[in-house]
Order: sequence, then C-alpha cells, then structure tokens
Amino acid sequence: MITLILLIFSLAFVLFLLPRKLKGYQAIFISFLLLAVFGWLAGKIKLVSAGSTESEAVDWLPQLGLNIGFLLDGLSLSFALLVSGIGVLVFLYAHSYMKSYEGTTKFFFYLLLFSGSMLGLVLSSNLIQLFVFWEFTTILSFFLISFFHEKEESRKAAFQSLVITFVGGLAMLAGILLLGSQVGSYELNDWIAGAGTIKQSKLYLPGLLLILGGVFTKSAQFPFHFWLPGAMQAPAPVSAYLHSATMVKAGVFLLMRLSPVLGGTPEWTSIVPMIGVLTMLIGSYFAITQTDLKAILAYTTINALGVLVLLLGINTAPSVKAAVLFLFIHAFYKASLFMVAGFIEKKTGTRDLNRLGGLMKSFPITFVITLLALLSMAGLPPMLGFLGKELIYEAKVQSPGFASLIFIFGFISNVFMFAVAMRILFKVFFGKPVNSFSVPINKKFFFVFGPGLLILLSLILGLSPNLLGKEIIEPAATVVFAQKVNVELALWHGFNLVLLLSAITVVVGSVLSYVLIKNRSVEEKWDRLNKRLFPVNLPHVFTRLIESFVTLSKRKTQFLQHGYHRYYILTVVVFTAALLWLQLILTRGWDFTLSLTLQPFYISGLLLVIVIATVYTTITSSRTRAIISMGVVGYGIALLFLYYSAVDLAITQILSETLIVVMFVLILQRLPFFAQLSRKSSKLRDLAIALVFGGAMTVVSLMAINVNFSSPISEFFMANSYKKAFGENVVNVILVDFRALDTMGEVTVLVIAAMGVAALFKSKTLKK
Amino acid sequence: MNSVILQLASKYVRGLLIIFSVIMLVRGHNLPGGGFIGGLLAGLSLAYKGFAFTQDIVEKEMKVRPEYFMVIGLVLVFASLWPGLLLEGTLMQGVWFTIPFPFTEGYKFGTPFLFDIGVYFVVIGVTVLFLFSLSEKN
Amino acid sequence: MEILLAVIVGVLYAAGVYMLLRRSIVKFIIGIIFMSNATNLLVFLSAGLVQGSPAFVNDTTVDTAHLADPTPQALVLTAIVIGLGMVVFILALKYKYFEITGTDDLDQLKQTDTHP
Repeated sequence: MITLILLIFSLAFVLFLLPRKLKGYQAIFISFLLLAVFGWLAGKIKLVSAGSTESEAVDWLPQLGLNIGFLLDGLSLSFALLVSGIGVLVFLYAHSYMKSYEGTTKFFFYLLLFSGSMLGLVLSSNLIQLFVFWEFTTILSFFLISFFHEKEESRKAAFQSLVITFVGGLAMLAGILLLGSQVGSYELNDWIAGAGTIKQSKLYLPGLLLILGGVFTKSAQFPFHFWLPGAMQAPAPVSAYLHSATMVKAGVFLLMRLSPVLGGTPEWTSIVPMIGVLTMLIGSYFAITQTDLKAILAYTTINALGVLVLLLGINTAPSVKAAVLFLFIHAFYKASLFMVAGFIEKKTGTRDLNRLGGLMKSFPITFVITLLALLSMAGLPPMLGFLGKELIYEAKVQSPGFASLIFIFGFISNVFMFAVAMRILFKVFFGKPVNSFSVPINKKFFFVFGPGLLILLSLILGLSPNLLGKEIIEPAATVVFAQKVNVELALWHGFNLVLLLSAITVVVGSVLSYVLIKNRSVEEKWDRLNKRLFPVNLPHVFTRLIESFVTLSKRKTQFLQHGYHRYYILTVVVFTAALLWLQLILTRGWDFTLSLTLQPFYISGLLLVIVIATVYTTITSSRTRAIISMGVVGYGIALLFLYYSAVDLAITQILSETLIVVMFVLILQRLPFFAQLSRKSSKLRDLAIALVFGGAMTVVSLMAINVNFSSPISEFFMANSYKKAFGENVVNVILVDFRALDTMGEVTVLVIAAMGVAALFKSKTLKK
Repeated sequence: MNSVILQLASKYVRGLLIIFSVIMLVRGHNLPGGGFIGGLLAGLSLAYKGFAFTQDIVEKEMKVRPEYFMVIGLVLVFASLWPGLLLEGTLMQGVWFTIPFPFTEGYKFGTPFLFDIGVYFVVIGVTVLFLFSLSEKN
Repeated sequence: MEILLAVIVGVLYAAGVYMLLRRSIVKFIIGIIFMSNATNLLVFLSAGLVQGSPAFVNDTTVDTAHLADPTPQALVLTAIVIGLGMVVFILALKYKYFEITGTDDLDQLKQTDTHP
C-alpha cells in the first residue's frame, strides 16, 4: 500500500514530463492507473470479507511514536474502492470535459494528487498520518475549486472552503493530540484497545468536540455547511469527485473510523445526531428553492451528509448498516448527477433551472440516466436508493432517545428530497425547449459513460443487493460497529410500516413538487419568505468575520509597528531596565567589597573629563562640538585602557576613534544642523529613562567585578602563548591563533559592512 | 582645507605612517601591534592625505581599488587555515618554521602571522572603502 | 577605582540611551557610539583592573597570576573594530535616509517605506 501511494504521488509529477503529443490523453492514462488500483483493491475483497485485515508499517519518527502505517480492513477497503472506482470514471469524464480549457496538466496533477491523498487518508492506520493526508486534501481542494481563478467568486469560494476546513483540521489535530496523550499513542489499534481509557478520561469531551470540529467542517455540517454550495464554482469533474463522493465523505469516514473509540457515549449520541438532523433538514429545505442546478445538488449533498452523520450518531447496528449502504448509494447517484449537470451546462451554456427545459428530445440517454439517478435520490424502487431509504427509516424508527423527533424530521427531509428530484426532472427535461445550444453536440461518449455506468450499477445492485451487502457492507459495518453486523439486503421487504412511510413520502412529495412546477410564483414567494425567515447569510457572515479579523490585525500592527523609531528604542530600553532592576532587587547582590578611592588622582581627573565631555556631547547644540567632545570621550577611554594594562586595546581605540571622527567630519558637511525637535517634557522623560537604565548598568558592572568565575581559559592562553604559539603578546596570539576562527568571522563581517556602505553610496538615490 | 604645511607634510607623513603600520604588523606577535592596528594606521594615513588635499585626489592617485585589498586579505586569511590541516592534521593549527637570518637565531614565520597579514589587508581595504564612500560626491 | 569606573559605565549608558531617543540622525549615531564604548568598558571592567602588567609572556615567565586577563582584552579589541564597521554602516544608512526624505527627523522614518 505504501508503494501504491508513493506511485500515485510520483506519477503525478511525471504528468509534467509527458511529451506534447501525449498530453491530450493524460486523463486516460490516469484512469488506467486508478483502474489498476481499483483492480488490486477488488482482489482483496474476498480476503477482507472473510474477516482478515492487511497492514503495513514503516518507522517514520519512532522517537515520537510516529509511524507510517496503512491498514486495509472492511471500512478502508470500501472507501478506497469508492475513491479509486469513481476516480476512474471522473478522469474519463474530465478527459472530455476539460478539453476546451487551459492548464489541464495542472488540473490533472492536482486531481491525481487528490486521489492519492484521499486513498492515503482512508488507508491510514496512524492518526497523525491521517491528519497529514487530510490537510493534503484540503489544500488540493483549494487549488481545484479555484481552477477558474480569473473569476472572483471562484477565488472567494476556494478561500472560504480552505479557511473553514483548515481551521477544522487544526481543531481535529488538537483533538487527536489531546486524546492521543491519554493512550500514549497515535496508532489506531492502540486507540481502539484503549477506548475505555479515552472515554473515561477528563479530556474525552474536549477531545471529542475538537475532532468533531474537523469532521463537521470537512463534511459540511451545520453551521459550516455553506462552503459547499460555494465550492460549486469548481469544474464539474471536481464537484463530482470531491464534493459528492470523496472529500466531503472524509469527515464521515473519520466518524466511522473513530466510532469504536469515541462512539456510544451520551455525549456522542446527543451531539452527533443533533447536528446531523439539523444539517439534513437545512440541506433538503434549501435545496428546494434553488434555481442553480449545481447549487441544488450541493444542498442535497449537504442533506445526504447530514443523514450519514445522523445515522452514525444513532450508533445502533441497523443505523451503521444503513450508513454504510447509503454511503455507496449517495456516491453512485450524486457523482452521476454532478457529471450530468456539468454536461448539460457545457452543452446549453447555463445551469439555471428556469432557463432550461425540454431537453428530453435532444439528450435521450442523458434523460434516462438522470431519471434513474433521481429515482435513486428520491428513494424509489427499483434503485439502490430505495433500499437505502427503507433501511434509514428502519434505523430511525429503532433509534434510541428522541426517536420520534428524528423520525418526523427524517420524513420531512425525505418529502423535500422527493420534491427536489421531481423538480429537477421536470424543469430540465420536460416542458417547452427554451435553449439554443451554444456548443455543438459531439463526442459525448465519455460524458455519459461515467454516469451511465454508475447508474447501471445502482440499478443492478438495487435488484440484487446482496452482491454489495455480504462482501463489502458487512465487513465495513462490522468495523464501524466493532461487533459483527449481519447484512441481509432485499429490495422487497413485504408490506410493513416502512413501506407505508415510503408511500406517504411519495404522495406528499408529488403534491409539493406539482405545486412548485406548475406555478413559478410559489417558488419565488417561498424564496423571498426564506430570505426573511433566515436573514443570516452565512457566507456573508464569514466574509465579515475575515474582514474584521484583518482590520483587527491591521490595528494591532499599527499599534505595535507605529513607525516611530525612538518609541521602538524606548520600549526596548524601558523593558530591559525594568527587567534588570527586577533581577537586581531579587538577587540583592549589593554587598560590594570594594571601597571608594580617588587614587591615583590623575585617573580620577581623567574620569571627570570623560563625564564632562559625555554630558557636554548630549547638551550641546553644535554638531562639531558634539563630535569633538565625543572624540574626547573615546580618547579618554583609550587612556584608561592604557593605564590598566591593555596596550593593544588602547592603540586600537585611539585609531578607531580617530577614524570615526574623520568620517563624521566627512559626512557632516552634507547633513543638516541639529534641529530642536523634541519638546522639553519628552526630553525630561528620556532623561529619566536614561538615568534609570544607566543606574542599572552601574550596579550590574559593579556586580560583574565580584562575579569571578575561574578563568582557566586565560590561564591556558598565558601558559601556552609562548611555548606553543611562539608569541609574547598574548592578546595578539589569542586573536590570530587561539581564537582565529572568531577573528575570521569578524574580518568577514567588516568586509560585508564595507560592501554595504559602498553599495549604499554608489546606488542611485530616488529623490522625493 | 588648503594648508600648505599640511599638504607638504602629508607627502612625508603618509609614507612614514605606512612604514610604521608595517612595523606594527610585523612586531605584533610579540609586542603591542598586529593586523588590526597596522591596518587602521595605514587606512588613517590615506585619510590624512585626504584632509590635506581632497579625497578625490587620493582616490585618483590610488592605483589599486580598495576592494582588491579586501580580497587579498580574505584570500590570505583563508589560505592560512589549510597548512595546519595538511601538516598537523587540524584545520587552523599554527604551523611554524624558521627563516635563517645571519647573526641571529633566525626569523620565525608561521601561519598565524600569515593570518595577521590577511587581517591587515582586510582592514586597510575596509577603512579606505569607508573613506572613499563617505567622501563621494553625488 | 572600580566604583568610579562603574559610574562612568553608567553615565555612558545613560548618555547613549538619551541620545538614541533623540529625533536627530547625528545624535542617534553618537548614541550608538556611546553605547558601544560603555559596553566595551563594562566587559573590560568585569575582568578586574590590573595596573602596569600587560599580558606579555616569554619563556622565562613563570607566574602569570598578576598579569592582566588577556581574554576580555581580545574580546573588546574585536568589538572596537566591529563597532567601527557598524557605526560607519549606520552612518551610511542614515545619510541615505536623509537623502531620500530630505529631513533629519527620525519621526519621518515611515516615509522610506511608502516610497514608490
């Protein structure tokens, strides 16, 4: 499995190396690659359904307990089959769809990387590794949504989905780390083994909430659902792949993966179904008044994701079974519907329901495919969707807790879904033809191949569901429920309560859709009513939030980075002085052994001169005098060095001081005179700060004399200076021999400074 | 500044200062002096002439550009690192040998001294470049 | 004497800080020079003061305890030369600043960023 993922990732880069002639067929190559993956996975079905698993692991950072690990069990197998299988069809579809666009290589590169990341995600057995792949899918989804980056809405939508899923992903990482600390490992097996520990720990609830944050953002649950309709700016293959079958299911996958670890607690069975129910309702309710075909599909996807989360939240054997089955059903019909929507948009140039109509004659095959897909979505026989809906009703009826409420909401949502399906069907394919085709109809084989195959599969499996049930659904559900789940599927259950419910759904849904289709004003009124009922526009809120965040950081930056040079220095100095005084007071190292002497008097005199010159430099208003007295200070210090046995230092100080004065004089001709810029109050303030700082430094230097660490280095230098380095001047020997590396660094710094100065002066200046 | 005495003096003082700076460099290992001091002195000698005339004249008279001094200095510094590695097995290890000199024990020459010469040249280059840059007329 | 020298260090630091906080370019650079002098003196002082015995040794030297400590001297020597390079660099930088903005006032430093 490791080789598999690596192969996909490296082949993605090979795409750029393909010769020009083969570029046109890159999607076909990729679909063959994914077909091979699919075939390999399909070969494992027998093995996995027999109850065994396969795993691989490589040490990554064993010190941190991080391994690269892959696990093939019932759950990951079914997801991997979906990812690779639908991947094959999507790439074939994209081969036709993307022909007229620029930058297809980049597109397929991202899309292939995405397939690889998604496979990596579902096969991961280490949660940190899973997070890495999770973030890969987030980033790649950003690039794919913003494929038409010339359009502002595309960029906005891509940014929105990136930020939301990214923040969620970070929350999830925090959750994983929190709970991982409880079992001391990030391996899935250890988590499952330590499920009891995790559930009892105090960090369970925060960890659960954080992980759910990741799940809910990725799977577009309320209140984060709004990024998904926005993401419809992506090209149709992306919507069909990412936003129906794979990426948005990553959250559901994680929920399933962790359900044996985190599931079954009161927190889980109250939070998760509640969010699921809300999302389900919102998705189906808003789907009905949309006019954009892809937006309708996006909202129905939200509904489906809500259903999945709800089922996993209920966490009983029938609900888990229904969830796994519905996962497949939804992937089948939604991917094909998205592909059909892309096809229709391509051919007619619009996806507005009110501008479409009467397409049945022009596209008979597409009509059949759509009809069957919508039947599956509405949950009507003989499609797989019917089975799914029956199972879901059953699960809801049997759900513990607030079953009746879930049940009623589920019923409402199903009615809406039915009406939505009918509305799409009638608006697009029946009625008067209103379209003139902007693009001539040609080469549509791959446009219908993918959706056709998926729907055929949906039909066949609907008629004989146990092809899917025993081999795939059962092992997956068993992994999720952590107990053996028996899956016996049949299209016909006999007359019972659930069938009756289906019948009522159909009747009510038909009435609703009839009203909507017959009378366009109803739809408009309803839309207006919605706007009044739900005045909060979430994408708008999101934008405002981001904007205010930017404003906040701007203000913060303006406050801290105000651009006043001296206030930066002031801040640094004040804090340094405060910390120094604090430390001095805390350590109380006042007991100096030194006594104050003024001998010899000429040194005292010299010190007095230095002090006077220093003070004079600060107060004089003449630049020349300031520089000369500064020179006096420098020479005075040189004399001090000379008196206290530092001959080399003294010479160097004299020479460098001379040079500084010379250079000052050179540049002074071109600099303005001192201006009286500061006010008296700020001068006094600065004086106070300076005195506090200087006082601290005085005490520090007095303490520094007392602190005498033993000086073995100096002793070594002095002992070996003559014997080993043949030099009598120890200071010079240190510079050129013992510590020559430091000197070398210093010389290099000098050269760099000189080059900087030369560059500054020789560059042409832009005059204001 | 147009002082005749200063201009006349600068002709001789400059040469003296440069000779003096070399002396400072050579004796640096045993007595006060060394590459930094020698280099600063030599640099100052040019500043001195600049004060007597103008820096432009100094710049025109100077046949070698200061950048080359820095390059020569850095090359010498880096060159002095390797004999230690080749002969003693450690990078930057000092290697010494005696140049025979009549009537004395001979003059000791070693890689640290080469290093110091490198520093000398770098400092000359840097100071001269500083002076030229700052006195440049835009 | 150490106490007086410590006071000098303090005075130099205070003068340095005071000059750094001024708005004029030249005063700012003088402040930097004061700060670097003060730091050199602090390092030098911390090793203790020894009169009249610089660190020179030859093969007859046995007792080195009374000699001045050469390590801080070497450090400060390096620091002086580096300080020289830095001061000239800042001098060049500030001169360029003056050339661009046409003002000595460091409060106008913002203008260099918004320059076209």
